[in-house]
Amino acid sequence: MITTTGLTKVYRTRGREVTALDGVDLHVREGEVYGVIGQSGAGKSSLIRCVNLLERPTAGTVTVAGQDLTALAGRGPRAGRELRQARSRIGMVFQHFNLLSSRTVQDNVELPLEILGNSGRERSRKALELLDLVGLADKAKAYPAQLSGGQKQRVGIARALAGDPKVLLSDEATSALDPETTRSILQLLRDLNRQLGLTVLLITHEMDVVKTICDSAALMEKGRIVESGTVSELLGTPGSELAAALFPVGGEASGDDRTVLDVTFHGEAATQPVISQLSRTYNIDISILGAAIDTVGGLQIGRMRIELPGRYEDNVVPIGFLREQGLQIDVLGREALLVKDGAQ
Amino acid sequence: MQPLLSQACWDTLYMVGWSTLIAVVGGLPLGILLVLTDRGGLLQNVLANKVIGQIVNIARSMPFIILMVALMTFTRWITGTTIGREAAIVPLAIGAIPFFARLVETAVREVDGGLVEAVQAMGGNTWTVVRKVLVPESLPSLIASTTTTIVALIGYSAMAGTVGAGGLGDIAIRYGYQRFETELMWITVAILAVVISLIQFAGDYAARSLHRRGGRSGPAPKLRLLKASTATSKTV
Repeated sequence: MITTTGLTKVYRTRGREVTALDGVDLHVREGEVYGVIGQSGAGKSSLIRCVNLLERPTAGTVTVAGQDLTALAGRGPRAGRELRQARSRIGMVFQHFNLLSSRTVQDNVELPLEILGNSGRERSRKALELLDLVGLADKAKAYPAQLSGGQKQRVGIARALAGDPKVLLSDEATSALDPETTRSILQLLRDLNRQLGLTVLLITHEMDVVKTICDSAALMEKGRIVESGTVSELLGTPGSELAAALFPVGGEASGDDRTVLDVTFHGEAATQPVISQLSRTYNIDISILGAAIDTVGGLQIGRMRIELPGRYEDNVVPIGFLREQGLQIDVLGREALLVKDGAQ
Repeated sequence: MQPLLSQACWDTLYMVGWSTLIAVVGGLPLGILLVLTDRGGLLQNVLANKVIGQIVNIARSMPFIILMVALMTFTRWITGTTIGREAAIVPLAIGAIPFFARLVETAVREVDGGLVEAVQAMGGNTWTVVRKVLVPESLPSLIASTTTTIVALIGYSAMAGTVGAGGLGDIAIRYGYQRFETELMWITVAILAVVISLIQFAGDYAARSLHRRGGRSGPAPKLRLLKASTATSKTV
């Protein structure tokens, strides 16, 4: 639905060059919620603004719903008619809502329809319908200043949906909201994604957002996408930073003669009660040091840190058993040992 | 005395009214253009911005009485005369256009860039941004700017007497100053004070009622107050 290839954005200001995007390849499938996460300055904002060409990419292409937007861009800094039409089919919500304070809630939602040239009656019918969808039907005549942050963002979402978009871009939509409101807004986005088949590309710096609603995620650092994939794919990737952040497990070994394992559950294996099987089969006591497990689509995915008695050498067989069950096992402290051996 | 004063009042209002109208019609687009052509603006054009900015600066720094004399040829070309109320409107308006344009520029710059971005993301063009965002969102400030311009124009119009345009200022100078009729001078001063107060009050009221209706969200000014108070407490 959204594809970028080699997307590069370089800002030039008074002789200095800042590379915000450095060859970003992104692929968002139709109907999924895709989260791009990264720290501030990683290039997330530039990325999402390049998708609807609010920022002109320096190089690379952007394709949304089969349409190459970079080809529509034209030469000058101003957006031509075709690009503007394409933009009207891409909804966008913002961190600071960006509602016009001089207009009522309803008039704010009508604004994109005014731009599209719809008639007055059509506009108000559509606006009220959308306000009903986001649960704000009773606030149609209120001004944004009279609403709470969460309500404002709901208006922002209703407004973004006015042009019947297939794609919704969300620029840190929940970053200015408290945790409770964040959850309700994410829930709304999730519902819209399911009900309307809306493809959502969101950028955020909060891991919780990705964990709550994203089907796929990408980690951005210094203008590049470092990791990307579906949440389950990421979990299956050894050493994935995103997976570690999404499913953080803590806990240290309680003694020298212990083996600490990180067990990653994803796919079919997660349905088996492997830990108790392991305990019964080999008659060993297992301590759980930490775990982060979620149920996504009926499957348990997540990670668990467990401790087995004895050194690694004593536990080769149980570890083999776990691997046979299709689980991914990382032995803690093992890499460091191997590196040391290699150095010698 | 009374017909003299009422005629003078009427002359002042006539001159100020027309020149305000022209100043708004001319200054509003000029001020918006100053914002749009600026670096990072929607119609970024550094050269045009510099040229417009320079013209505005020169016109602003010119003392009004000199502007009036300098524009005489132009005034004659427009109105066919350099004497009288109509002739005074030309330099008044031309003096007020750049004045108002700068105020418009400041007001429009206050509009949150995010709103512009939002309208662009909806597929709006520059004209839509101006019509639906820049002007309506800065309307309270624009009204305040208009009030300031009217008050400034009343001040300028006092000098219009030098080209025989009449008005309250002219009465004050000719009768009050040159003929030592102090009483008449004080009366004109009082009338001017009342007129200016009324205009200021009406302008403030209009701006405030718009503000209250839409309003920027409450917390912002409060936060500023808080900051100011912590700053002062620190210095203490």
